[in-house]
Amino acid sequence: MALDVASDYYNFSGPKTARFNPYSENGGSVVAIAGDDFALLASDTRLSADFSIYTREQSKLFRLSDTTVLGCTGCWCDTLTLTRILEARMQMYLHEHNKPMSTPAVAQMLATMLYYKRFFPYYVSNVLAGLDEEGKGCVYSYDPIGHCELSTYKARGSAGALLQPLLDNQIGFQNMENVTPEPIKMDRAMAILKDVFISAAERDIHTGDSILINIITKDGIKVEKFNLRRD
Amino acid sequence: MQGSAKCIVSLDNFNYFRAPITTGTSVLGITFDGGVAIAADILGSYGSLARFRDCPRVMKVNDNIILGAGGDYADFQYLKDVIEQKILEEECLDDGFSLKPRALHCWLTRVMYNRRSKLDPFWNNFIVGGMQDDEPFLGTVDKLGTAYLDRHIATGYGAYIALPLMREEAEKKPNMTEKDAHKLLVKCLQVLYYRDARSFPKFQLATLTRDGVRVEGPLNVEQNWEVAHLVRGYL
Repeated sequence: MALDVASDYYNFSGPKTARFNPYSENGGSVVAIAGDDFALLASDTRLSADFSIYTREQSKLFRLSDTTVLGCTGCWCDTLTLTRILEARMQMYLHEHNKPMSTPAVAQMLATMLYYKRFFPYYVSNVLAGLDEEGKGCVYSYDPIGHCELSTYKARGSAGALLQPLLDNQIGFQNMENVTPEPIKMDRAMAILKDVFISAAERDIHTGDSILINIITKDGIKVEKFNLRRD
Repeated sequence: MQGSAKCIVSLDNFNYFRAPITTGTSVLGITFDGGVAIAADILGSYGSLARFRDCPRVMKVNDNIILGAGGDYADFQYLKDVIEQKILEEECLDDGFSLKPRALHCWLTRVMYNRRSKLDPFWNNFIVGGMQDDEPFLGTVDKLGTAYLDRHIATGYGAYIALPLMREEAEKKPNMTEKDAHKLLVKCLQVLYYRDARSFPKFQLATLTRDGVRVEGPLNVEQNWEVAHLVRGYL
């Protein structure tokens, strides 16, 4: 017994202080819905950490070209860095090839850029929405280390887990009987988008204030703002 | 390492990092009609010891930028020297161009992010204020490189105590004048002095308008401890 105490004394390495944590969770949610000839991408505008609201007016959408928009949430300092490099590489592609990068090409590049930082990752979840070369809406989503998936709708970010099952039901027609799945129309997509964000703001303290919606069609990108609860 | 006098806290062979030593508490920033203002007290704390009582931490960068810093004072002094050198070199070009607030804010973002990526951060919160394209600019950067712009910004305890007061006031009065903004900042510093144990009644106030930069201070927080005699129940 006494020996145990003595060995504890000699093994004591001094007071422990928490190690510096290079990451932070700054919240925010992104939802993307793609139709036959359009894609919607929306994010809330709250930037927060723990119980503090940093700002109520921070868009988390990054317009990469006339047909591609990226939604990026998670560690905000990584978001800033990743999107800055991404924007630079869009420019480089434009000047090298004399045409803007297509959405599937951006999608592949983003996966590569994320995996490049495999062992010190960008702590972000990305949703890339846009029109492909045929003008069809598409949504690509990623994990922080570059796994990429193509789908027609996706919810990510702090309320992602809250929203995805609702989208699965309302847009993917999952867990329903006697329905024939069909591509979603623009006005229905907009209605669902607003509804899911209202629901997210009720339950998730890191989502709220307002949402910015990017409406991507062949005619360009329109931006719409919609207010959420601010508490 | 790099100019700042911080201890290396060695816990064991692989687990060591640097901690802030002499620190400044909250910094407050506000935009108003035609300008911005930044305020912070002048205390350099040494843990809970109020050690250095004249540590100015708001500075004029040039005619269109002001900067306030919280956190480790050594890191601030180092970055202050770097920024002052940048401004000097730019003035030597004599081309009529000068650094704008958004550029400095962006630069700080990269500097802070670079150091956090080496797991050896500059332990600061910065608030950058200025005029950009004839519009007030107010932005912040923390030790991770987390950066954003807003009409009101407060760091440290100010984020909990002063920021709600500033947001409430702005809701009531969306177009604040310089005078309103000053009054609000002083009020916030007073509340912080009453509640934040690492604060100090002497502060500096930097104001930037189209007419130029003014750094005032040390000014004094008006204090009234009359009610202290009425407090019962602690003995």
